[in-house]
Amino acid sequence: MEPLEAIQKQLEEKIPGLKLTPEGAGFLVDRKDLLTVARFLKENEPYKMDYVSNLCGVDYKEYLESVAYLYSMEKKEGPILLKVRVSREDPKVPSLTPLFRGAEYQEREAYDMFGIIYEGHPDLRRILMWEEFVHYPLRKDYKPEDQDLLEDEKQPPEAIQGGK
Amino acid sequence: MEKAASALETQMLQVNIGPQHPSTHGVFRMNVTLDGETVVRLKPVMGYLHRNHEKIAEGASYLASMPFTDRLDYICSMTNNLGYAIAVEKLAGIEVPERAEYIRVIMAELTRLVNHTLLVGFLLNDLGAFFTPTLYAFREREKILDLFEAASGARMMCNYMRFGGVKNDFPTGFMEKLKEVIANYPRFLDEFERLLTENEILMGRCQNVGILPRKLAVNASVTGPMLRASGVDYDIRKVDGYSIYPRFKFRVPLGTVGDVYDRYYVRILEMRESVKILEQAVKEMPEGEVLSAKAKTGAKSPRTFRPPKGDAYGRIESPKGELGFYLVSDGTPNPYRYHVRPPSFVNLTILEDMCLGLKVADAIIILGSIDIVLGEVDR
Amino acid sequence: MLGPGLLKGMAVTLKQFVESYTKKGSIFTIQYPEERREMPEAFRNFPILVYDEDPENPRCVSCDICAKECPPRCITIVRDRDPNGAGLKKPKVFDIDVSVCMSCGICEEVCPFDAIFMDKDFELSAYDRMESLNFHKEKLLRPNSYFHKIRPTDAARIDANLKAKQEKQAPTPPSGTTT
Repeated sequence: MEPLEAIQKQLEEKIPGLKLTPEGAGFLVDRKDLLTVARFLKENEPYKMDYVSNLCGVDYKEYLESVAYLYSMEKKEGPILLKVRVSREDPKVPSLTPLFRGAEYQEREAYDMFGIIYEGHPDLRRILMWEEFVHYPLRKDYKPEDQDLLEDEKQPPEAIQGGK
Repeated sequence: MEKAASALETQMLQVNIGPQHPSTHGVFRMNVTLDGETVVRLKPVMGYLHRNHEKIAEGASYLASMPFTDRLDYICSMTNNLGYAIAVEKLAGIEVPERAEYIRVIMAELTRLVNHTLLVGFLLNDLGAFFTPTLYAFREREKILDLFEAASGARMMCNYMRFGGVKNDFPTGFMEKLKEVIANYPRFLDEFERLLTENEILMGRCQNVGILPRKLAVNASVTGPMLRASGVDYDIRKVDGYSIYPRFKFRVPLGTVGDVYDRYYVRILEMRESVKILEQAVKEMPEGEVLSAKAKTGAKSPRTFRPPKGDAYGRIESPKGELGFYLVSDGTPNPYRYHVRPPSFVNLTILEDMCLGLKVADAIIILGSIDIVLGEVDR
Repeated sequence: MLGPGLLKGMAVTLKQFVESYTKKGSIFTIQYPEERREMPEAFRNFPILVYDEDPENPRCVSCDICAKECPPRCITIVRDRDPNGAGLKKPKVFDIDVSVCMSCGICEEVCPFDAIFMDKDFELSAYDRMESLNFHKEKLLRPNSYFHKIRPTDAARIDANLKAKQEKQAPTPPSGTTT
């Protein structure tokens, strides 16, 4: 695989107005550019990043991050990371599902656990927690309920910012 | 309910297969809409076994998550351990001694044998061959579990790998037993194949059922034997060459059609390749330490084990597909973020597409051929 | 559907059926309470505490490391105190909730004093699930000879380690708890 700088140069040349920040084994992408970058990497030689392997959310307290690892099954190369940072108040990220079916359940999981809203996802529902659950359990400010309390001693759950 | 498009007035029927159903391999529910016996809509419902494994790991030291990874895919605890150990080693930059690498490969390949043997047994259960093939599979698995027990102390929840090696060396007399198991395995596989591969009922039920086209398989991030049954040559042991896999000669079996039968047969062939890897590993295995001295202190006092800030993604070819661990460290003894990319969870994405237009009984065997374990799907 | 493949399969099952009577070792089931498997030495189940001579003075110095490192947090330790309130290097309470314990063996690995080890006893069914599955210090304490009986190689290795350690820092006992 080409070094990251070369890929960055290539991408910024081909997609006008794109600004990438190198970060680890990939780039920090602005959310409005995510789909364009992913599509470019998927469809063009010599990248052919046709396989999204790992997609998950991370809560860094100041912001939420959605991480996607793209690999190429055709070229047997990779990975290129695409990270998107969004604020907790407006956690909207474009969905990769229209491009990669494999992102479908993983995006649902990230929504379930972090409340990141993937715009354009065909079926964004909770996947592991039940429908009535209001919190996002993997966010750092989530406090698990006290399991020793009786049902009538429990505080009503507070709705939290972002999400439904 | 919608009306089915036919001359007779019929109704769609909604059926919940599961969560307590012998064919769902655990507490898994398929919400199926049927037109007669044909599946027109299938929505998997999961999360019954959810225990927030990732949150628990954020509150524990790196080592303390190791026994919890056993419980992800409880049939293949050794490969789960290996995947996690590789991710942490990547994060912290730990070297693994030569002998430990061989032990790891041996354990991982034995796990592959266990998983595939068991899966074939259970797939036949779903097909209606009630428990004869499963019990033959269990009998062989028992021999391998005895090996796991002798080395690690537990049959299923092994907790054997450590960051920078394995917990302890093989006990005395282990290699002889191991060699015996490896030598006898091809014979068992021959017998298993005589029982199943050319069976007309198995062929009739499995061939051209649940076809997963090559392009869709790649697009849906399907990994493992299921992907290779669709004819995509992608095996992380070859692609990434992690651990010491590049040293071994083995082939990656590929399917041509991508149906349930191919998935069955690819697994059988993969077991034969695993036996080859095991033979080579046993022959070449060097003497030496199994846990580097630096890693030993880390294992003895996990609070002092603090990987540098950053993130890492370690992935291995587990028997079910790509098992990945995404770790973010903030320099403290606990991981800041710990994410598991479970193969069976991602492989389930494509279940509906494979089942549409087929009969209920076919949906059951397609689910069986995906090879899911709910401990891993729900985490 | 009948064909040669099916018949071949039937021949395999028939062979298995006949062999189960004639061939030794082809029946895998063990008639459990009467017949028992021989457990490998590495086999581990719930932990025990080892003492050298006096059960009042176990090797455990109640440093709390195992309780902190236990993944499911099933160990509770309270340090013993002398009448003046000064801390002693032994536990007053040492409880292991075996209904929570998952037999992972991490306590044994992290213990710096070689005091806690994994047992082999697995026949522990009880009539209630609270008190009789919460093992107290009295139930957990075992003499070193018992440890030698269940795991001879490990016990010999650890005894040698302890002896070497003692010779190194004799005659003063180790001061304070290392954390």
